[in-house]
Amino acid sequence: MADTKKFLYVNRKAPYGTIYALESLEVVLIGAAFEQDVSLAFLDDGVFQLTKGQKTDGIGMKNFSATFRALGDYDVNKFYVEKESLEERGLTEADLQEITYEDENDDWAEKPSIRFVTRAEMADIMSEQDVVLSF
Amino acid sequence: MSTLHMVNKSPFETGTLSSCLKHCKAGDAVLLIEDGVYGAIDGSSISDQVKATVGDVALYVLDGDVSARGIDAGKMVSGTKSVGYDGFVDLVAEHDRTMSWL
Repeated sequence: MADTKKFLYVNRKAPYGTIYALESLEVVLIGAAFEQDVSLAFLDDGVFQLTKGQKTDGIGMKNFSATFRALGDYDVNKFYVEKESLEERGLTEADLQEITYEDENDDWAEKPSIRFVTRAEMADIMSEQDVVLSF
Repeated sequence: MSTLHMVNKSPFETGTLSSCLKHCKAGDAVLLIEDGVYGAIDGSSISDQVKATVGDVALYVLDGDVSARGIDAGKMVSGTKSVGYDGFVDLVAEHDRTMSWL
């Protein structure tokens, strides 16, 4: 498509404490319909959005963590997670849920959507975008 | 005479927990709720300060907020106590005053 632009959704807030994380996900889902080149960035407290084992029964809020795993079906499969943000928060890569997509250019092979990057690499990713949406 | 301190913000986004810990007296308790529960994760950039305070000061987390965020009990600072809403009420009743660090 000639008019395809590179969109980056920047997620810097923890889930549930504020509405930012859920709103970001809603906009990503809406934006997915427009067939753009979409990437998601998770840095600072945003890395907490991807932790596995979230159970929200006790706080009366919708658990939207599973929705991230559906984004691969909308060609949203570039989840950049900042390593330094994980380390500062006492988290490791193993604390995050597994998110995969099926690669249509590789016989629908299942591949991981999450790519762990350094802070410097994250800066490069940001600098390569046409549009940046912050949450 | 003791105070129940409550923190509801992530320690990585604001200095609220850090300031709270510096103002606690022996016998006080700190209850972490909402995004404040991230302050109980061990091995983080703030966990040394948390560990230096707990002991003389009791550390509690609200279990519903911990579960919602997928924090495993084994990842929390040693000595952290988990309470439900009923335990929350008990803490408020047991202390002479409640102070919210907003």
